[in-house]
Amino acid sequence: MPLWAGARIALRALTANPLRSILTGLGVIIGVAAVVTTISIGAGARESTRQQIAALGTNLLTVIPGRGRSAGGIFTIGIGGTQSLTAEDGEAIADSIPGVEAVAGEFNRQAQVVAGSQNTMTNISGVTSNFPEVRDWEPAEGAFFTEEDLRSRARVAVIGRTVKETLFGDEDAIGQEIRINRTTFQVMGVMARKGSTGFNDRDDVIFVPLTSAQKRLFGVKFVRALYVKVRSPDQMDTVLHLVEDLLLGRHRIANGRDPDFLIRNQADIVEAFQGVNRTITVLLAVIAGVSLIVGGIGIMNIMLVSVTERTREIGIRKAVGATRRDILVQFLVEAVSLSVTGGLLGVAVGIGVTRAVTALAGWATLITPSAVALAFGFAAAVGILFGLYPAQRAGRLDPIEALRSE
Amino acid sequence: MRLELDTVTKVYRMGAVDVPALRGVTLRIAMGEFVAVMGPSGSGKSTCMNILGLLDRPTTGRCLFDGADVAALSDRERAHLRNQRLGFVFQSFNLLPRTPAIENVELPMVYAGRFERARAQAMLERVGLGGRAHHLPTQLSGGEQQRVAIARALVMEPSVILADEPTGNLDTATSAEIMGLLAGLNNEGITIVLVTHEPDVAAHAKRIVRFRDGRIERDERNLTRPAPAEVR
Repeated sequence: MPLWAGARIALRALTANPLRSILTGLGVIIGVAAVVTTISIGAGARESTRQQIAALGTNLLTVIPGRGRSAGGIFTIGIGGTQSLTAEDGEAIADSIPGVEAVAGEFNRQAQVVAGSQNTMTNISGVTSNFPEVRDWEPAEGAFFTEEDLRSRARVAVIGRTVKETLFGDEDAIGQEIRINRTTFQVMGVMARKGSTGFNDRDDVIFVPLTSAQKRLFGVKFVRALYVKVRSPDQMDTVLHLVEDLLLGRHRIANGRDPDFLIRNQADIVEAFQGVNRTITVLLAVIAGVSLIVGGIGIMNIMLVSVTERTREIGIRKAVGATRRDILVQFLVEAVSLSVTGGLLGVAVGIGVTRAVTALAGWATLITPSAVALAFGFAAAVGILFGLYPAQRAGRLDPIEALRSE
Repeated sequence: MRLELDTVTKVYRMGAVDVPALRGVTLRIAMGEFVAVMGPSGSGKSTCMNILGLLDRPTTGRCLFDGADVAALSDRERAHLRNQRLGFVFQSFNLLPRTPAIENVELPMVYAGRFERARAQAMLERVGLGGRAHHLPTQLSGGEQQRVAIARALVMEPSVILADEPTGNLDTATSAEIMGLLAGLNNEGITIVLVTHEPDVAAHAKRIVRFRDGRIERDERNLTRPAPAEVR
């Protein structure tokens, strides 16, 4: 018997009892939809983290003050406690280490900002004038302050998108005055929108010259971070060690003592985030996969019932010349049709749910062909695996007993 | 095709007890014969039929088709023989439910890899049901269902038709029609083996074999037959 004839018989059997077929397929539909959805959400999260971190600059080293456990730690607690890191350290790095393109310093602190009748609590970030270049983040309107502004401790500010909207709404912000800690600054630029990382709105910020922040606003001499932009990604390790050596020397830290700073590599952070994300995605996909297997057991259950119910039909088919293999193929095709149709519907539902998640919750998702293929292939495999036993049982039925059954 | 049973026994195991159904049956059916197998229930006539129809295997003894022992055949070869050489007609018709008459008739062709709807239609016309091809079994009377079953048995042009109480569920008039149909097929040269316990049904046969307690009690030519033209 050719396969398509088997398929036709199977299809007739499935359409003879549509409700049962749908309910049987439901397990697979849900399983496949769950697999597609979880993998798509996972892939979307991974892709958006990658983009966000790429936006931070991938050939960037961040030096922060503090005695952490080790320089390699990423989630180190208790940073920023020491005051030893200065803008001069940054200049020394830029001047003496080859492979360093530029070094930007930053000192930031929360402060109240007033503009006319509006006021907001925001992050005041004193930075050097090369900050846009180092962090790949340029103003969208106006301009960033210059080295001259930095030298003269100018009272100029470049504001983030969120601050601009809070203080000025739709009005033009350039040239307006704002008061930070009772010091008046003039807005000379508005940064391009950067978006948020989790709960951290990166557009809720005001940039002022580092010197102005240190002297005029907060009365400090140290920085909270030095951003070291490295010329090419493969120089990262070399530069990291040179920076470490240089700072150990400048801070007079004896060999073997804990340094008073931490150097973080952007690529390590990317790696760590991706790793966590991958683990979670795999975990969820496995759980979804388990529901697919449960769906497969549902198919097996119904196929066994079906074989019992149709024992006489099997007897008739054998009497007119069906071989054991013919019967096996018929029931196997039936199980596989259930799981494959369920798989197709599941993929459709999964894509629908994924789109809905993006539309309603605003999560980034990414439907990859490999995820769809994986879920669908798994569904088909489940159909074969769980269809085989009932089909074999059908094929082995004794024709006499089959014909006698009611 | 010549069918032979050579000292065939068949023992069924019912739990721990062995129940003998056939106790040494030797029977030879030549081509073109019309044999009625009679006997009380439990006498082994149906078991004998199933062995002849390759639906069952003897416990001991041999079953020969044209002199060749079928015990040596694989499941596949037995299925092929059932498909090509034998046709079955059952007491309870055994049509596929929810399947139109024509597709029931096509069924043996499906397993032979042949798809000739016209041929199935011709078979239905031959049994007088040309206009009912697309009726479901539930929409047909008992007699009509049995005709569909006969059309199905005929579609592969078998040498032998095995009919197990084909009129058991039919009234007298319909029974007569079905027997007329079978007698006609026998006149065309098809061997008919018919199990029945109704004497007036058996009367259509040329030879009557009587079973009792798993053995052949009597095997005789049917002299009461309303002699149509003698065939071969």
